[in-house]
Amino acid sequence: MNDRVETQDVARLGTRWPQTLTRVPYWVYQDEAVYRAEQQRVFEGPVWNFLCLEQEIAAVGDFRSTFLGGMPVVVARDSDGEIYAFENRCVHRGALIVLEDEGNAKDFQCVYHAWTYDRQGSLKGIAFKDGVNGKGGMPQGFCMEKHGPRKLRVECVHGLVFGSLSDEVPPLEEYIGEEVLAKMERVLRRPVEVIGRFTQALPNNWKMYTENVRDTYHASLLHLFFTKFGITRLDQGGGVVVSESGGNHATASIVEKVIPRQEAYAGQGFRSQETEFRLRDPSILDTHEEFGDNIGLQILSVFPGFVLQQIRNCVAVRQVLPRSVTATDLNWTYLGFAGDTPEMRKVRLKQANMIGPAGYVSMEDGAVGGFVQRGIATAGELDSLIELGGENAGSENFRATECSVRGFWKAYRAAMGF
Amino acid sequence: MDEIKLHHRINLLNADYARCIDDDRMEEWPGFFVEDCLYKITTADNHARGREAGLVYADSRAMLQDRVSALREANIYERQRYRHMTGVPTVLDVQGEAPSFEVRVEVPFLVTRIMRDGSMDVFATGRYLDRVVEQGGRLMFKERLAVCDSNRFDTLVALPL
Repeated sequence: MNDRVETQDVARLGTRWPQTLTRVPYWVYQDEAVYRAEQQRVFEGPVWNFLCLEQEIAAVGDFRSTFLGGMPVVVARDSDGEIYAFENRCVHRGALIVLEDEGNAKDFQCVYHAWTYDRQGSLKGIAFKDGVNGKGGMPQGFCMEKHGPRKLRVECVHGLVFGSLSDEVPPLEEYIGEEVLAKMERVLRRPVEVIGRFTQALPNNWKMYTENVRDTYHASLLHLFFTKFGITRLDQGGGVVVSESGGNHATASIVEKVIPRQEAYAGQGFRSQETEFRLRDPSILDTHEEFGDNIGLQILSVFPGFVLQQIRNCVAVRQVLPRSVTATDLNWTYLGFAGDTPEMRKVRLKQANMIGPAGYVSMEDGAVGGFVQRGIATAGELDSLIELGGENAGSENFRATECSVRGFWKAYRAAMGF
Repeated sequence: MDEIKLHHRINLLNADYARCIDDDRMEEWPGFFVEDCLYKITTADNHARGREAGLVYADSRAMLQDRVSALREANIYERQRYRHMTGVPTVLDVQGEAPSFEVRVEVPFLVTRIMRDGSMDVFATGRYLDRVVEQGGRLMFKERLAVCDSNRFDTLVALPL
């Protein structure tokens, strides 16, 4: 496809975006040209992408394969103790350099023609560079330093490794914003341990999931499990913090010892209040107060595709990766903390029933994006309505608002030039 | 116990288990487990690396009953069915004598999922790693780990494997 024509197409689409943050046109979840532009303008643009956990590459030589949007990436720890990340693409013919999900290596060699890279992604060796028997080989002036896969800027915060291809993006902590950063810190104060890793393949555009994560409105309505057991309801204390960019958010709800009468929900005819549902084994709800602030649920996002979740003692990070216009991979990493007692670990294992592809809560988030994707099949020229709580895209001290969803679109439009 | 008879009984147990889920008699499913049981859905990668968390983790029959209640009354998912194919079991170890024995068994499985619009896919393959005991003259699971070959799950895992 002619790149210039495509850029014009995307720019033309942008002019059709409604003037308000309360409307989102459905073509943004459907258009191939928009999808391709997102890779350049969002994921490879002025953002920080979550790559992996520091703990996963703790030793010198440890590496992991991951993605920056659709771009395959290698993250590795070099002998200087620093973390480096580079595009997983041999500069010769474009093959993947690393074929394993994780491991430990002194260097990396492309299997196709044995070109070799160090842990920082610099080209260090070319097979038969000087030819064979004095014949062939690379031209004399070929300079290995001038050729290499794209290298990412890497920064870490609270054990999370982020990468960026942008020179303009502010430092990571500034990018996340002070308020959201503080919410991240309250969960990730101790060294983590990976206790499970699963991928949920979502049948929808990636943005439907990043919206869902920021959508405090749906949690107590779609997820009956939450509402019934007082894990989160909109009449509980809590609020929403949105970064100045709009793209990063944290929402929290306070645990209440006695579940109050559900007056806000009574008589409104919600499915979530009509069904009688009692647990025979309520041990799944046994909670250890480990964060010292009575916050029972916190969902935190960093634009574009990172999520940190604390539901009671169930802690996980999620990485949202676009796979096609209508397919998204949601990579779940379930976490414990170093030094967990066996009892504490068991609490986490039980509460993990709420999350992931089979989660009492998260299974519904896996399905609902597909309902929207299919629902809007012929509605590309129409808009979705995001008006709960007005037009604000900033922080609120209540949660009956869609401010953080509008925040996402604020950041998205800035990145895309819409 | 007669080896052939034991194999036969384990085969019947697996056939009953698969029919129970595939026939949507989900309320009977917890009855395949002893009260103090472990049922977990995990993946080969997590299992091999000793990562304990599962997609489903139930350490009591009551938790399995809660799964069924949630499926029936709480959770939102589109109408769907499974068809389980279970392979020939391998008896790995027998401890003790019937009727107070414990048998470790591995059984391969393949599950297709049929959605309400008729789309039909291989949803999961893997192996069950079981600890089977006898209670009241009936073989039951003390432990059933559904270890899936792939780490990737399409949309959601609503029904048990």
